[in-house]
Amino acid sequence: MPLSSTVAANAGAPRRVRPLARRLQRGDQIAHLITLIFAATIFIVTALLFYELYTGALLTRQKFGWSFLSGTTWDPVALEFGALPFIYGTLVTSALALIIGVPLGVGAAIFLAELAPLGVSDGLAFIIELLAAVPSVIYGLLAIFTLVPFLRDYVAPLLQSTLGFLPLFQGQSYGVSLLAGGSILAIMVLPFIISISREVLLAVPREQREASLALGATQWETTWNVVVPYAKAGIIGSIFLALARALGETMAVTMVIGNDPRINLSVFAPGYSIAAAIANEFSEATGDMHISALIELGFVLFCITIAVNAVARLLILTTTRKSGAT
Amino acid sequence: MKINVGRVNFYYGKQQALYDVSTRIRQQAVTALIGPSGCGKSTFLRSLNRMNDLIPGARLEGKVELDGEDIYSDEMDVIHLRRRVGMIFQRSNPFPMSVYDNVAYGVRVNKLARKRLEVDEIVEKTLRAAALWEEVKDRLHRSAMSLSGGQQQRLCIARALAVEPEVLLMDEPASALDPISTAKIEELIYNLKQSYTIVVVTHNMQQAARISDETGFFLNGRLVEFNETKRIFTAPAVRETEDYITGRFG
Repeated sequence: MPLSSTVAANAGAPRRVRPLARRLQRGDQIAHLITLIFAATIFIVTALLFYELYTGALLTRQKFGWSFLSGTTWDPVALEFGALPFIYGTLVTSALALIIGVPLGVGAAIFLAELAPLGVSDGLAFIIELLAAVPSVIYGLLAIFTLVPFLRDYVAPLLQSTLGFLPLFQGQSYGVSLLAGGSILAIMVLPFIISISREVLLAVPREQREASLALGATQWETTWNVVVPYAKAGIIGSIFLALARALGETMAVTMVIGNDPRINLSVFAPGYSIAAAIANEFSEATGDMHISALIELGFVLFCITIAVNAVARLLILTTTRKSGAT
Repeated sequence: MKINVGRVNFYYGKQQALYDVSTRIRQQAVTALIGPSGCGKSTFLRSLNRMNDLIPGARLEGKVELDGEDIYSDEMDVIHLRRRVGMIFQRSNPFPMSVYDNVAYGVRVNKLARKRLEVDEIVEKTLRAAALWEEVKDRLHRSAMSLSGGQQQRLCIARALAVEPEVLLMDEPASALDPISTAKIEELIYNLKQSYTIVVVTHNMQQAARISDETGFFLNGRLVEFNETKRIFTAPAVRETEDYITGRFG
C-alpha cells in the first residue's frame, strides 16, 4: 500500500533536529506536516476498520473458525451461521454484472472516444457521469418495476429455449433473482467503465494512431490493434473499479435479488448477497452471536474487495510490463 | 516525376496554411523541405499521404498527383494510398509491442504475408534495410520500448518499409536524436533513395545539404524556392532563401 510506505519513509528520514517552532516558520514544513496528517488519516481509518471488523467478529470466529466460510446454513434462531450462500450470491451477481457490463461499457467507450464527433462524445459523457450520481435506491425501483418483469417475461424464456441445457439457465423464473441483481449492477457500473475507459482511450497519443494509419491500416484496425491495447491497463483498471463497486453495492441488489440464503446454480433462482444480508438483518439482530456473524460477513466482504484490488494491481503491472507501455 | 503538386491551397478551418504551392518530386531522390517553424512544410508533407484528413476542418484545394493519379479524387482509396506513401514521424512512435510485432504490424493489417516464415523473412529483410538487424536480432521478442531513441526511430523506418511503400515521407526524423543516431539515420536515408522516393522535412540546414538532391524553401505558407540542393545552398535565386540559409532569420 503506497500510503503506508510514504508514512514509513518520512518517519525514517534523517532530519536535522531543530526546535519545532523554528521548523514551523517555514511554510514548506507546515504544508508538509498538514498534508502528511491528511494522508495518514486514510491509512488510519482503513486500519481501524480492519481492526474493528476483526475484533467485532470474535464470537463467531471462535465458534466456527474457517467453517464460517464453507457453511451453507444461516439460521439465527438455531445460532448456526455459514456464509457461503452470501459469498456465492455476491460473487455471482458481480460476475454477471461484469459479463453484461464490460462488453457494453468498453464498446460504448470505444464509440465515444474513437468514432463519435467530439460534441456528441462530450455531451454523452456528461450524461453518463450524471448516471453515476443517481442514488442506488432509484436504480432499485427501476429494477423492480421494469427490469424484473422484463427479465421474467422475455429474457428468461429466451435463455431457457436457447441455452436451457445448461444448469445455469434452468428452473422457474420469478423475476427476482441472481440475474436481476447482476443486471441492475451491470447498469450501475456502466458509467464507471464508460467514463474512465473513454478518458483513457482519449489519452492515447495521436502519434500512435497516425503511425498505424500511415501503414495502411483502417480506422477500425487502428482502434482495435493499437489504441485499445495501448489503453489496456486503464481499461482493466476501470473494470476492477466497477467490480469493487458491484461487490459492495447494497440497496439496489437487496431490492431484486430475492434474499434467499440458499445456493442455486440457476441464475433465475433468488439468492442473497453479503451486503444485502447485513443491511436486512443488522437492525433486527438480537443475540451477540448474530451480530458477530454479521460483522464477520462484513469482514469477509472487506477481504474480498482488498483481494480484488490486489489482483487488479498485479494484472495491470504484468500486462503493462509485457507490452512495455510506460 | 513521382509526385506532381499543382496550385495547392490548404486550410485549417478558416486559417489558410498553404498558398498556391506547385512543385514536382523526383523519383528515387531525396527532396528536403526547409523553412522556419510554422511555415507550412509539415502541412505540405502531410498532405502528400492525406494524413491531414484526420484533422477536423482541414481542407485542400488544388491537386496532388502520385504517378499521374489525383490522390484527392473520390476514386482514390486512402488506405491503399497510405500503404504506398509511408510516413516517419518527428518523435519515434513504436507501438508498445515487441520489436518483431512492430515490423510485422503493417504486413499483417495489409495481409501481405500469411505464413509465419514469410513474415519472419520480411521482418529480417526490412530490419536489415533499416540498419537495425544486427542490434536487435537477439531481442526481437522484447518490447520495442526497451530500445534507445535512435534505435526506435530506425525501427519506425523498418516498420514503414515492411509494407513496401514507394514514397517515404519523413517529418524531422532526426530532430529528437543525438548526433551519432542522427548520422545513422542520415546514412540510412542516403542508402534508401536507391529504391524509394524520399521527402524529408528538416530544421537542420546542414542536414538538408548533406542528404538531399533537391530542396524546397517554405516561408509563410508559400513555396518560395525549389531547386537542386547545390543551387539552393550556393546560389539561391530568391533573397529570402539566402537570408534564411545564411542564418539572418528563422
